[in-house]
Amino acid sequence: MHWYILRRLLLMLPTLLGVAVIVFLLMRVIPGDIVEMRFAEGRFFNRELVEKERARFGLDRPLWVQCGDWVWGLVRLDFGLSMWSGAPIRQEIAIRLQLSLQLAIMATMVAVLLAIPLGTLAALRQDTWIDYVIRIFSIAGLATPSFWLGILMFLCFLIVFQWIPPMVFTPFWRDPWQNLSQMIWPALAVGYRYSAVAARMMRSAMLEVLREDYIRTARAKGLWQSLIVKRHALKNAMLPVLTVIGLEFAFLIGGLVVTEQVFNLNGLGLLFVQSVARRDYTLVQALVLLVALVYIVVNFCVDLLYVWLDPRIRYQ
Amino acid sequence: MTAVNSSTDAHLQISEDAGPSHWLVGLGTFASRWPLGAAGAVIIVLMIGSAVFAPFIAPYDPLETDFAAQFSPPTMAHWLGTDAFGRDLLSRIIYGSRTALLVGFASAFLGATLGAMLGVASAYFGGPIDLVVQRLVDIFLAFPIIILALAVVSILGTGVSNVIMAITVPMIPNCARVVRSSALAVRQMPYVDAARAAGFGYARIIFRHMLPNVMAPYLIMLTAFVGQAILLEASLSFLGLGVAEPTPAWGLMLRGAAVEFAESAPWMAIFPGLAISLGVFAFNLFGDALRDALDPKLRTL
Amino acid sequence: MHMLRHWRYQGFAVVLGLALLLLMTNAPSPQAQAQPRAGGELVFAVPSEPPSYDGHREETFGLIHPVAPFYSLLLRVDPVDSNKIVGDLAESWTVSDDGLMYTFKIRNGVKFHDGSPLTARDVKASYDKIIFPPEGVASTRKGQYEAVEAIEAPEAQTVRFRLKWPAASMLSGLASPWNFIYKADTLAKDMHWYENNIMGSGPFIFVEHIRGSHMVGKRNPDYWERGKPYLDGYRALFISDTGARVAALRGERVHIEFRGLAPKQRDDLVKALGSKITVQESPWDCILLVAINHERKPFDDTRVRRALTLALDRHEGSRVLSQIAIVKEVAGVQVPGTPFATLPEELAKLAGYGRDAEASRGEARRLLKEAGAAGLTFTFKNRGIPMPYEPLGIWLIDQWRKVGLTVNQEVIEAAAYYQVLRSGEFDVAMDFQCGYIVDPDLDLYKFQSSDKNPSNYGRYVDRTLDELYEKQSRATNPEERKQFIRQFEKRLLDDEAHYLMTLQWHRIIPHSAKVKGWMITPSHYLNQQLDTVWLSE
Repeated sequence: MHWYILRRLLLMLPTLLGVAVIVFLLMRVIPGDIVEMRFAEGRFFNRELVEKERARFGLDRPLWVQCGDWVWGLVRLDFGLSMWSGAPIRQEIAIRLQLSLQLAIMATMVAVLLAIPLGTLAALRQDTWIDYVIRIFSIAGLATPSFWLGILMFLCFLIVFQWIPPMVFTPFWRDPWQNLSQMIWPALAVGYRYSAVAARMMRSAMLEVLREDYIRTARAKGLWQSLIVKRHALKNAMLPVLTVIGLEFAFLIGGLVVTEQVFNLNGLGLLFVQSVARRDYTLVQALVLLVALVYIVVNFCVDLLYVWLDPRIRYQ
Repeated sequence: MTAVNSSTDAHLQISEDAGPSHWLVGLGTFASRWPLGAAGAVIIVLMIGSAVFAPFIAPYDPLETDFAAQFSPPTMAHWLGTDAFGRDLLSRIIYGSRTALLVGFASAFLGATLGAMLGVASAYFGGPIDLVVQRLVDIFLAFPIIILALAVVSILGTGVSNVIMAITVPMIPNCARVVRSSALAVRQMPYVDAARAAGFGYARIIFRHMLPNVMAPYLIMLTAFVGQAILLEASLSFLGLGVAEPTPAWGLMLRGAAVEFAESAPWMAIFPGLAISLGVFAFNLFGDALRDALDPKLRTL
Repeated sequence: MHMLRHWRYQGFAVVLGLALLLLMTNAPSPQAQAQPRAGGELVFAVPSEPPSYDGHREETFGLIHPVAPFYSLLLRVDPVDSNKIVGDLAESWTVSDDGLMYTFKIRNGVKFHDGSPLTARDVKASYDKIIFPPEGVASTRKGQYEAVEAIEAPEAQTVRFRLKWPAASMLSGLASPWNFIYKADTLAKDMHWYENNIMGSGPFIFVEHIRGSHMVGKRNPDYWERGKPYLDGYRALFISDTGARVAALRGERVHIEFRGLAPKQRDDLVKALGSKITVQESPWDCILLVAINHERKPFDDTRVRRALTLALDRHEGSRVLSQIAIVKEVAGVQVPGTPFATLPEELAKLAGYGRDAEASRGEARRLLKEAGAAGLTFTFKNRGIPMPYEPLGIWLIDQWRKVGLTVNQEVIEAAAYYQVLRSGEFDVAMDFQCGYIVDPDLDLYKFQSSDKNPSNYGRYVDRTLDELYEKQSRATNPEERKQFIRQFEKRLLDDEAHYLMTLQWHRIIPHSAKVKGWMITPSHYLNQQLDTVWLSE
């Protein structure tokens, strides 16, 4: 068991390294760079100036030198400076991290609050109209583009309520009401999508558990026992659901990208889109690495959870 | 169906004798057992129909501008209204199904097939090849889909074929990972070892023995991918990195003018969004039913 | 007869009297409506964020809107009349008779925000950085000041600019909103200090900047102009999504947005907020151009290029596009309504500017056939920015379709775009030009031959055009200058059709009626020091 954990931890490193190198190369292959972005469109365009600025960013050095620099910085946990603003990347990320993290957590809460009761209900009332309605509701969550949902929400607020959510982010402890009135809507839009997958998983997991022999016997024995058994069933069904919730949490970050744009939230998703548009290599690399790290860590935790909760499963 | 001589299968023989209509009965069985899936299938067929017969059913040329009719609401002349250039929304949505289905099917097919081949090969060869492929797959899976797609589009540029490629790339590792676990199970089977012992080449074993047995997860991934691909195309177009104007594409129609004029001309934002949702919805419903039908144990997907 | 004439006279007098009365009551009197009220915080939205704080280096309005209030300029465009130039730090100035020496008297008693006095030394150091940047320092607009030989600061309150040749646009060049005046001592210690730090002498003092979110400034109590600024401070919110900006105005969370909104957005705001919204509009010194690659066949043929411009029905385009995009006026090389702009009747004589679209298109088809390019297919490259590139792209393709051309659009992301243009990897592409001030030197600079000017993507050499540019640049007599500009325009847009003008942008600023003292100008880089702005409640 301990070997397993150690092995997985060690395997994380080459994966991260691979991500770091690949994202570095990807960014260099994309045409255009930050110097172009900042100075190219002026009418007094000056090739000399562009070359000098490029040198200032270190972009004229051979690729392997730049890559080595980047990886060496990573080893020392130094992400460098943003090419666009010149501020340390740690700072740039820290400013947005709070918002994105809050959004991710709130979306997860929404997902869990929606998925577990809905999935259970659908399983208990399988093949009835309740089941169909819940399944359609869930799949609609998967099918609706989250940015469209955001647009519809804004429309609804404006036309029906003549109100828009606050524009500037206030941390929760400073003004909880303001904070929530801004964050609840994107959390709903993202959480709805997120809950769809979890609800379906909850439903099928519950269905499978309910079919188990011991559940059926307990049912036959009487209502009171079936209540206890239902709690049992729930606990066993939770395992795959938790797995899904854990895995999808990492994918949340992809969903954040468009949602933050629509709701104008100063979060990591928006930062990412802007940084790619600006060809801010260092920032994009750092962000992608961060996302990859979250994904890998979450995967790892979920796998551990699996092994711990269900001793029947053992990996070679 | 193989001929069965047991008397308990008499009812099967009767249905066999029923002749060509027995597949209709099969269809009916499918529809009654999984009505949601059947509904999804119907919508898909309608979509494909509208894409194929677009020139015949669309009332207007989707590229034709008519500035006198800018922003007109749904009327008899324009059933779904017009956009900022006076182009008929219904025609653009009908033609948009072409783009959506083209991108959806092409990238799903390419992604799933390439991914499946990769997964099966990796499972078959095992050892160091498997390890390397696994690591690579892990690395690419660590990138959120939209990031990979963004990167590919930035490199290749916009346009339908580039978007297809951009969406295919993140799908390959996804499918590879899933198919590999199924293939691993198949690989343990005795008949595979027997085939190897008999001296069959790896190509033959892979294509004739392993691939057919991973058909189920492959098909399920395929249908799931189509829906995802349509959504991804819409997101990319919305971000301005997908198909270019004036090509009609649902995600593209939701961008720019649709959002800016959303209040005074809401039909511009509502109908393309509905089309996307309906399309992805149908593929999901159908994919679900397919999964239930093929192998309920695969619900973990 | 007598009676009729009498009656007519009387009627005429009444009408005249009424007209005069109307004129008097409607005449805009600068801030005579009410007395400026002190206090309040102005909140405005900015679509993009500045990369660094150095005005000499950056090119985006995302720098000007939040940061300009922290700095003073030597000269500036009059906040009330954008055709005039007034002094900011310069109290007065003289120009020598031969036009080669400009002497400025700097105000007394101006202080930087750290308390140190501002003298001519600081002005000289700042302009040395702009015009003669040392090694490793980027000054993106130094090409504008080629006429300057040297800058001198003989006394504490006197700055002199010595020129190599008389330049008609020198004063407007010195009124550039980018030319922040920095502290000489700081520059001497570290030339790059101002990229990451803010310390000026302007009406507002820097408070904080949270990246991606907002920037805050507070009133400078020691500002040289007593009584100003009226505001207690301001807050610039960075909101990149257009819909969110409009929603912010609508929900009254911001007072104003200084770039410009689309016509429909203005209409929505007016409908929703009624009298709480004031709308200011003006032609905008920005225009989208069509760059034609002269090195690609058949675009080296003048007839083909002329056909491209003749195919565009600009007047109808103006009518329809002005409803959905931020474009409006049909323009030549200067913003309509400005001193050197060609009058509409004259403009209509140029190819593609006539009122008879059918005749122009017929001519276009004839030219194409003659050049052997009838039914030509080509790719039009456009930049990946929604407004107004997308609608203009669609319009252009639609118009060219009408003369039998088949055009495919290829959209290229902003960061990669100029590389494509510069490398010549295009047939026909969208280009753009935005000026911070309406000035022929600035607006015509781009169209000189490509070997003289790297920002001319058309890849052509036209010495006649170059000569005309020089002549107008040195013509100190405005009438003479107008003639040269007229000839330049005719050659550029009509005879040779090197570059095509689409439609002039139109600036629409709907803002909260509480905001007073801000007058719209044709440029979103001007009038952003906010010292004249006040809030009515």
